[in-house]
Amino acid sequence: MINDTIAGVSTAVGNSGISVIRMSGSDSVSIADKIFKGKKKVKEQESHTIQYGKIISPETNEVIDEVLLTKMVAPRTYTREDVIEISSHGGYSIARSILDLLYRMGARPAEPGEFTKRAFLNGRIDLSQAEAVMDIIQARTDRVSKVAVRQLEGSLSNKISNIRERIINILSHIEVNLDYPEYDDEEVSASMAESETIQILDELDKLIDSFNFGKLLREGMEVVIAGRPNVGKSSLMNRLSRKNRSIVTDIPGTTRDIIEEYINIKGIPVKLVDTAGVREAEDKVEKIGVERTIKALEGADLVIMISDISEPLGQEDQTILSKIKEYNKPYIMVFNKTDLIEEERRLEEIKRENPKALYLSVTEDKGVEELEDAIVKYATENNQDIDNQVLVTNARHENHLRRAKSFLESVLTSVRNNMTLDIIALDLKASLEELGSITGDHADEDVVNAIFSRFCIGK
Amino acid sequence: MDEFIGGVYDVIVVGAGHAGCEAALAAARMGCKTAVFCLNLDSIANMPCNPNIGGTAKGQLVREIDALGGQMGITADETFIQSKILNRGKGPAVYSLRAQIDRRAYHTRMKWVLENQENLDVKQAEVTEVLCENNKVKGIKVNTGTVYLCKAIVITTGTYLKGRIVIGNTSYSSGPDGLYPANKLSDSLRALGIELLRFKTGTPARINRRSIDFSKMVEQPGDDEIVPFSFMTDEVNDNQIVCYLTHTNNETHRIIHENLHRSPLYSGDIQGIGPRYCPSIEDKVVRFKEKESHQVFVEPMGLNTNEMYLQGMSTSMPEDVQIKMIRSLPGLENATIMRPAYAIEYDCIDPTQLKLSLELKTIDGLFFAGQVNGSSGYEEAAAQGIMAGINAVLKIKGREPLILDRSQAYIGVLIDDLVTKGIKEPYRMMTSRAEYRLWLRQDNADLRLTQIGYDVGLASEERYKRYIEKKEKIEAEFMRLKKTIIPPSKEINEFLRKYNSAQITSGIKLYDLLRRPEIEYHHLEEIGQAEDLPGQVKEQVTISIKYEGYLERQMNQIRQFKRMEERKLPEDIDYSKIQGLSTEARQKLNNQRPQSIGQASRISGVSPADISVLLIYLEAQKRKNKSNGEQIQDGKDKEQC
Repeated sequence: MINDTIAGVSTAVGNSGISVIRMSGSDSVSIADKIFKGKKKVKEQESHTIQYGKIISPETNEVIDEVLLTKMVAPRTYTREDVIEISSHGGYSIARSILDLLYRMGARPAEPGEFTKRAFLNGRIDLSQAEAVMDIIQARTDRVSKVAVRQLEGSLSNKISNIRERIINILSHIEVNLDYPEYDDEEVSASMAESETIQILDELDKLIDSFNFGKLLREGMEVVIAGRPNVGKSSLMNRLSRKNRSIVTDIPGTTRDIIEEYINIKGIPVKLVDTAGVREAEDKVEKIGVERTIKALEGADLVIMISDISEPLGQEDQTILSKIKEYNKPYIMVFNKTDLIEEERRLEEIKRENPKALYLSVTEDKGVEELEDAIVKYATENNQDIDNQVLVTNARHENHLRRAKSFLESVLTSVRNNMTLDIIALDLKASLEELGSITGDHADEDVVNAIFSRFCIGK
Repeated sequence: MDEFIGGVYDVIVVGAGHAGCEAALAAARMGCKTAVFCLNLDSIANMPCNPNIGGTAKGQLVREIDALGGQMGITADETFIQSKILNRGKGPAVYSLRAQIDRRAYHTRMKWVLENQENLDVKQAEVTEVLCENNKVKGIKVNTGTVYLCKAIVITTGTYLKGRIVIGNTSYSSGPDGLYPANKLSDSLRALGIELLRFKTGTPARINRRSIDFSKMVEQPGDDEIVPFSFMTDEVNDNQIVCYLTHTNNETHRIIHENLHRSPLYSGDIQGIGPRYCPSIEDKVVRFKEKESHQVFVEPMGLNTNEMYLQGMSTSMPEDVQIKMIRSLPGLENATIMRPAYAIEYDCIDPTQLKLSLELKTIDGLFFAGQVNGSSGYEEAAAQGIMAGINAVLKIKGREPLILDRSQAYIGVLIDDLVTKGIKEPYRMMTSRAEYRLWLRQDNADLRLTQIGYDVGLASEERYKRYIEKKEKIEAEFMRLKKTIIPPSKEINEFLRKYNSAQITSGIKLYDLLRRPEIEYHHLEEIGQAEDLPGQVKEQVTISIKYEGYLERQMNQIRQFKRMEERKLPEDIDYSKIQGLSTEARQKLNNQRPQSIGQASRISGVSPADISVLLIYLEAQKRKNKSNGEQIQDGKDKEQC
């Protein structure tokens, strides 16, 4: 596995506003071209030059970040392979999103010390460093595997073992049929493989989805408070952070224009983003405020769209709302300053017009609790039941799950195209290998064992 | 006992079963003076168990042995009495040829081939001792005291070492089929420091054909069109016999349950480890309680005998229970047993003591092959035999051993599994053990291996010529299919409609036409685009086109795999001195001494992190050596100045 393409964040986490994502291997350039839009294609970019451009998800066409991309063609690179470096200003979570995108486009997560290992194996690093590298690999692997083992004790490992069992079951039915064709034990039907595979795919999807929620738990759900100036964004922000103890985090991302606060709402870590910058009070140019808001929206997991109930929705509110919809962001509509509506009847009327919205008065501390509940409800409902849900939190695991999924999808295609059993078995085995990479099991032995324990065969 | 030198040879093969025959023939055909010893010459290439060759994965092995220049396939083609391709319709990766063999004819024919082989002496004697000096083989001693000197030995003793037959509560020292056992060699091997295991296998009863009522059984005919094993065979006989199928029933199972306490397997009298894939009928009934009936195939042992083999009824029950059990089956109500079923225990070696060349790690020139390595099956034995024979010769000639890896052949999978992973029970080859099954097909065994067999000096000129011709024809046809473009026409679209295939509006390559699952090569005849080519060539072309994507994926995996196999580990590494290896990996690596990084990665207890450490260690060593070399060079330059 020397020449496949690997990717990882290469700057240390927690001490820099800039993250550098590094990718090394023969497919680096073609993978970069799938997600990077600059003046030139990366393929045509000259080696050892930097280009400005955007990272765009080819799946959703969403712009993830504006970045600088450095291209370095082998052999004059750190690893002596083709290297792409992407510098992002967007903080750790944006860097993670870019990395996840690279994994989905064909790179695989770098093992601890792997860039250095490649550098060494390809003759780039001096001999005197060799022994140090060996120690690093063992030490880091130990640490990582300890974490991994902890992660694997318990539900995730059970879940994956359970899915493997089910695949082994299908596969052993097919294999016994191939290796012992004369035995009447079980004629495997393609339809059994098909219906089981569909169910397993469903389980895999849940696990893969949980990675996003796992990410949310790890990095905090980004909740952006949006709205035009003077609707009470800052006071809501202050209210929420005072009420909910701020949590300490080493995740960077604070930029000049935006205020961020990490809080914990009923067990859900939330990164609260207020787009009303400190300078807003002095800087009365409203246009700038709106632009900031729009920019912050891009990274949001959830938006609190706040508006002043005492004034009708204006042009600015509409602009922000349409942006939210354009980015396809989930949002909670909130009307603040209910204390300014004196007539109870008038308030009821407004509420009837917008039954889904929340109504609060930050100054009177009314309705804040409901808003918190709504945030928690969103987080949990959109991510199933937290208590029962198995979480995937490791990018390497998620990567193997995705690959397993694609092999199983190919099983379905094969079954539907009446491909022969040997081909169907090939993809089933490949998916099993991927899952085995998470749990450390080996497909061949498992299948052979299953054949002998489940079927009655022999002379 | 008088001790005298009976002869001097290059290679001595101990045992003339399926492994011994291939080893002896390979060594002699490669030009080495060879002797093969057998306890009884009337048991050369004996089939003490089922009278067939081939089957799933095993058929692939026979084809591979043949492609390298071995004998099994040719002799099977000459003596088969029924032939069948298993798994038709389940994909080319698992098509497997299997033939019922006339057991006596196979023995006679193989003995004749050995007797007529140049450079080969065939001798009857019991080998009692392996003679070594300074961890290097010197020769053997036989039961008469005679000593034969040699440079390399291949041990292929099958199930004969301290063989013990068990039938119910009766047990006695014996080889298979009532033949004489080899009771002394085990001790000699142990004295050389070789670790032995005790394994067990068994065979069902043989019954007289005249006592069977076939009207109660289902006929099992062979194929209409017969495909030979050997790439050298052009003409084959027709099927001469049919087999039959019957089933066990509640009554059979009742008899077994009632008498379970009399089975030595359950009373604890048999301690050897038996194979899971070859369970006795009592095992099956106990372990699979929910199954009300088990299949039993009734197979003739040959043309000139009434003995019939009962596949599926292997047992070590006492004889009276055997009779009751058998007579409870439809069609066997009056069956008379000619030979009772038995279990046999025997000594074999722990194969992790071997290198991938099948040479013992600790003694130069001592090779092991076949059931003595813990495998089971005639084909598995023959496959190891031919490799041990080849490597014994290469050793003598001072050449690098021939090691087929897991991506080249089932033979490679077999030997690597035995040697690297070790065994806990007799090992049977299965297609599911091969990672690269789609590439390791029976149809392309010659394309994979004949060049290799020819290069080591085993495959004959004639075989090589056939291979080259086939290869050229395949390449030419492939080119033609890629180049020929069929323009759209009424005729072609009618043809496509007939096979429910999409119409064309612009030209299409024949190659792309064949990629369509519904279009077969022979369909091309209808549009005048099929070439008159041998079936094997059409088959190759069709498979490579139809499975192109999958084959490509497999080839990529193979390339990755190869990179690890090609990183050789020096024999003298002291793993305990390598920083960063886990303690378990250090121990395992020091014990097993793998030959490559790839092999190391398959040893249980060696983690991916350990492999990274090894890779870095290797690179560091390489550079140290290089820089040392440069320093010496520098020194010389200075002296010259």
